[in-house]
Amino acid sequence: MAASKPILYSYFRSSCSWRVRIALALKEIDYETKAVNLIKDGGQQHSKDYASFNPIEQVPTLIIDGHTLIQSLPIIEYIEETRPDLPKLLPKEPLKRATVRAIAEIVNSGIQPIQNSAVLQKIGDEGKIEWGNFWIDRGFGALEKMLSRTAGKYCVGDDITLADLCLVPQIYNAKRFKVDMSKFPVISRIGEELSGHEAFIAAHPSKQPDCPDDLK
Amino acid sequence: MFTIILKTFPPRRPTTMAASKPILYSYFRSSCSWRVRIALALKGIDYETKAVNLIKDGGQQHSKDYASFNPIEQVPTLIIDGHTLIQSLPIIEYIEETRPDLPKLLPKEPLKRATVRAIAEIVNSGIQPIQNSAVLQKIGDEGKIEWGNFWIDRGFGALEKMLSDTAGKYCVGDDITLADLCLVPQIYNAKRFKVDMSKFPVISRIGEELSGHEAFIAAHPSKQPDCPDDLK
Repeated sequence: MAASKPILYSYFRSSCSWRVRIALALKEIDYETKAVNLIKDGGQQHSKDYASFNPIEQVPTLIIDGHTLIQSLPIIEYIEETRPDLPKLLPKEPLKRATVRAIAEIVNSGIQPIQNSAVLQKIGDEGKIEWGNFWIDRGFGALEKMLSRTAGKYCVGDDITLADLCLVPQIYNAKRFKVDMSKFPVISRIGEELSGHEAFIAAHPSKQPDCPDDLK
Repeated sequence: MFTIILKTFPPRRPTTMAASKPILYSYFRSSCSWRVRIALALKGIDYETKAVNLIKDGGQQHSKDYASFNPIEQVPTLIIDGHTLIQSLPIIEYIEETRPDLPKLLPKEPLKRATVRAIAEIVNSGIQPIQNSAVLQKIGDEGKIEWGNFWIDRGFGALEKMLSDTAGKYCVGDDITLADLCLVPQIYNAKRFKVDMSKFPVISRIGEELSGHEAFIAAHPSKQPDCPDDLK
């Protein structure tokens, strides 16, 4: 039996799904997308089927090597550990790895969860934009300071790392929440640089099979 | 034990100054600080605590000094090997990578590592940030308990399902891992927010088991130098 292609359960503009899409594209891993609409039908991530293999009822889920993996950063670390060929998504040295992971976590736990769709739903329509704007602006303030020390061409030196995979989708969200990006020149420069990279282009929401026509 | 350490680490360059103890900037009941305290205790790493009071003086984590080395203005920060490390999970992964002797905080196999990390992240990004002190401040006093209760209850529902598949004596099989380091502080928070823990028997059992472990005892908020007397 031929080994089956990995399957990624993804929503076109879920930033967590996007991070994994970039990793798969960088590692040139061909995969099938199964779209999970986070809004329709009360949120398809809450369906009995989906919840049976992703108990936190979020995207992404990656089916790979016969395993069902959840949570974007552990998924990417798994991809890196099992496909260690270039490009590497994490540096070799422990201190640099800690730096890359810290930047990734500032986004992954410091910003994104506080402005994700579930939290916004609880905040309610009226307060959404202010709420999202507040937390992204705050987190980007911290990130800008950190990147001023660590960045070369990319977040950490001159190689693309897990940090960049987390940053780019968060910039997209920042724009959705009308964050004033002129306050963050280093973040903006890195985002601009990466927007021209083929893996980042392939992973972009506008290129996803479930992207609505008016957002392509 | 001493022989093993000599084999694991490269010989130290002679210096005129003794290598200084790591310094952990911590708040007694910050769950992120607590995770790192457990890791340091498990690895037998002696360290100095510098207490950062998250409430006093508008929150000491916002002081110019502290912010100069922790730009996200949160605890913990760990000064170790001459480096300044932030964010609890990267700190713990650094400790594991540079001190790979037993006990291991992550398994060897990629799938098991992904499982451990996924459980850790359900807490680290799925629950804790939504109920941390900064968010609670923005929610305001009136809505705090309901807000914290909601998100922890939701996250624990997911965790309980996952742990029903993965747990042995601990979160993943029978060895303590990064997942357990994240779980225990979150249980403490769950109780603070009056979460009904009877709904989560696997989580409760693991928490009970770990509460008797010496590293978890040493790292507990009540044992910290900045724990107020009435909470000891």
